[in-house]
Amino acid sequence: MNEIGLMHILVISTSLFFIGVYGFLTRRNMISMLMSVELILNAVNLNFVAFNKFLYPGQLSGLFFIIFNIAIAAAEAAVAIAIIINLYRNHRSIDINDATTMKF
Amino acid sequence: MPETIYIALIPLLPILSFLLIALVGRRYFPQICGLLGTLSLLSSFVISAIVAYQYFFVVGKVNGIYKQIIVFKYAWLQFNSNISIDMGLLLDPISVMMISIITFISLMVHIYSLGYMKGDPRISTYYSFLSLFTFSMLGLVLSTNIFQMYIFWELVGVSSFLLIGFYYTKPSAVAASKKAFIVTRFADLGFLIGILILSYYTDSLDFQGIIKKATDPSFIGSLASVSFMGLSVLTWGLVLVFIGGAGKSAMFPLHIWLPDAMEGPTPVSALIHAATMVVAGVYIVARLFPVFTFTCPDALQVVAYVGIFSSLFAALIACTQTDIKRVLAYSTISQIGFMMFALGVSGYGGEQGLGFMASMFHLFTHSIFKALLFLGAGSVIHYVHSNDMKDMGGLRKLMPITHLTFLIACLAIAGVPPFAGFFSKEEILLAAWQSNKLIFYAAIFTATLTAFYVFRLYFQIFWSKTFSAHHDQSDAPEHKHGEAPFSMLLPLIILGLLSIVAGLVPFGHFVSSDGEVLNTELHLGFSIAPVVLGLLGIGLALLFYKKENDKPNRMASALSGFYTGALHKFYIDEIYLFVTRKVIFNLIGRPAAWFDKTVVDGSMNGITSFTTSFSGWIKGIQSGKLQDYTLYFFSGLIGFVLLVIYLWT
Amino acid sequence: MSASTVIFYILAAVIIGGGMLAVTERKIFRSAVYLLFSLVGIAGLYFYLNYEFLGAVQIVVYVGGIVVLIIFSIFLTVESGSDMKNPNFIRALFSVLAAVFATSLVLWILKAHTFVASTTEALEPSTRNIGRQMLSTGEHGYILPFEVVSILLLAAMIGCIVIAMKLKPKA
Repeated sequence: MNEIGLMHILVISTSLFFIGVYGFLTRRNMISMLMSVELILNAVNLNFVAFNKFLYPGQLSGLFFIIFNIAIAAAEAAVAIAIIINLYRNHRSIDINDATTMKF
Repeated sequence: MPETIYIALIPLLPILSFLLIALVGRRYFPQICGLLGTLSLLSSFVISAIVAYQYFFVVGKVNGIYKQIIVFKYAWLQFNSNISIDMGLLLDPISVMMISIITFISLMVHIYSLGYMKGDPRISTYYSFLSLFTFSMLGLVLSTNIFQMYIFWELVGVSSFLLIGFYYTKPSAVAASKKAFIVTRFADLGFLIGILILSYYTDSLDFQGIIKKATDPSFIGSLASVSFMGLSVLTWGLVLVFIGGAGKSAMFPLHIWLPDAMEGPTPVSALIHAATMVVAGVYIVARLFPVFTFTCPDALQVVAYVGIFSSLFAALIACTQTDIKRVLAYSTISQIGFMMFALGVSGYGGEQGLGFMASMFHLFTHSIFKALLFLGAGSVIHYVHSNDMKDMGGLRKLMPITHLTFLIACLAIAGVPPFAGFFSKEEILLAAWQSNKLIFYAAIFTATLTAFYVFRLYFQIFWSKTFSAHHDQSDAPEHKHGEAPFSMLLPLIILGLLSIVAGLVPFGHFVSSDGEVLNTELHLGFSIAPVVLGLLGIGLALLFYKKENDKPNRMASALSGFYTGALHKFYIDEIYLFVTRKVIFNLIGRPAAWFDKTVVDGSMNGITSFTTSFSGWIKGIQSGKLQDYTLYFFSGLIGFVLLVIYLWT
Repeated sequence: MSASTVIFYILAAVIIGGGMLAVTERKIFRSAVYLLFSLVGIAGLYFYLNYEFLGAVQIVVYVGGIVVLIIFSIFLTVESGSDMKNPNFIRALFSVLAAVFATSLVLWILKAHTFVASTTEALEPSTRNIGRQMLSTGEHGYILPFEVVSILLLAAMIGCIVIAMKLKPKA
């Protein structure tokens, strides 16, 4: 293999993204789903880094996107976990299929 | 006629009173509903009396001929330049005669019902139905258009249905009302097809148009080639119309509903099933009489033979029945048969038209004395609380006025001079004698039977044994009141007086087949035989039934087979039941029902169950689960991308 | 094969392997730990690409923050030692197919696509440059998103407290 380039990182990020998608589709535990979402986010971040590094080295836009992404991901995770905990209090379960109270 | 539109009030007043009673009165002022209906009918009667006077004595006659006057006509549904369904009012001698008699009898019945129905919780409903019926019947006779007549014809059927089934908690009344409705409805199918045939070939729905076209010789010639099973289409049309008429007028073999219709309140029987509605069939034949005589004498032959057969047949049954209302019902069939065959043997115009005149005359007198008979029977039933002759007897002292009026009516129907029935019946017999001897002999035999069975009825009710309280309510209050209340007696007295004098009206001066005056004189020599035979019938009844004895039973056993047959109404009901239940239901109804249930319903049910299961499956997709949606999203995305790639490369 | 290539492949193996184990492991606590490996691998990749600041942020926020939060919530909600239920077989099959298909599709597109690099002079992603740009109001300045994110974080904080707060039963 020659020089590590854009394509290598894109392959990693793609794989990681769809691993996350797989996890999101198959897991029924809400915390596990949240973890899968984190994987997806990180795959995206990796893409930003790769494009910034290899295609537009003159700017730092990708980097800033990642920083904001991470901040938002943190907020999202915090809110999601708050919701999950509250749900657990009410239903004694965090299985996604058990939360059907509001279903018609 | 000046200011003629007030004639429209004659049918409008009853319908207004119907609406008022049915919509408002029934709830807010039920006590005076009877009075309200009676008053509106009284006004209606007064107006029609004025109209009759104006028509017959002032304006109707032009050059010695009574013209048809169309008071008012409104094209309701225009089909083409010739054919339209109109709403209108037609005055001619028979319609004027009919509106007078209808409003009069209806008024009598309204007054009578004030007493008869007193205390019935649904008296307001009863009066609303009576008003509806009167409206429909008046609309029927005033129709200018055959389709308008058909509409009112059906309305009459509906109100008759409502009134027969008035005591709807009684299963027999419900069955009777259904029977009446279905049988007449079945006959009306013939009427409707007849209307369509007539209007198709004559290109008109108007009575005047039909008559004008159908009696035109060139038109008759042009139709000669159009025939079906050996009879011209117009004959078929008229026969079908007559089937409709036979259904309403209870002619054989569609008579089966009328005896059962006696389940309704007795005044209703007097009004609908004796005096007015049942003569609708006679009226339609009379209305189309020129077509019958000129174009289709074959159809008229059918009318004549059906009439005489029904007449004889019903008279035979009437001799054996014990329910007094049923006897009267069969007697009604018999008398309408008289009117029918009188029309059937009649010709058009002048002396030839004697049968027509006699038929209308008999219609007129029969309405009066048959209403009287029914109302009298109603009084008796009101008193005895039973319809069966066996529960009666010796009532003449207890109910003197009823007894007297009933006797008058019996003499009238038996054709004893100088009561009303004598004159009209003599003319019918004379008309029959002049045209068809076979019918004449059958008719005179029937007339004798008539005298016998009405006096059998009379003696059984008012003579025979002494009235004892063998319905064990010895202290029942009705024993004390004796005679019926005044509101019931008044109509009896009025009708009784009219039954005596109605025959003296020179009827031929007013109503004849062509509108010209027809002078009739009594042929005394001819009248001897019928009167003697009638008296013979009365004498026989006197012998058999004045005192309780076993002669009737011996007579019955001597004629056992025949007697049993007549007692069971010659098994016509059973034949109908056999045909409908065994033949039609099994051979047509069941397969049709099977086809309907399995094929028609089955395919529909199949579609619905498929839709249900399919939508259930789709609903499963729409699960509300986020993960499922994501999965679909990705699957769809991939499918879409693959499609794009496939199309690009 | 240079050392840097070897390091890259090791990092890639850690990221992919950690991710795969994280989504397939049936014990949720172990799953969280594998996620941790994967995230650390990504931080390593940032360092490898000379984005030191980003790597540091990744470790501080993700590893030190989010994953710890997740582990806390695991302790609070489920029995961490017990196995999670296996996914429905058909669902798992379809998910695998979707993932594999989509991955190969994206890779195929990537292979077909030619990326054109810009030729501008490289800007050093040093903390100094990041800091200047982050708070700059001029061109390439990110002060507005910075403030917006700070408001978002505040809102999220308050929201979390409100949602997770145990309501006292009314007397």
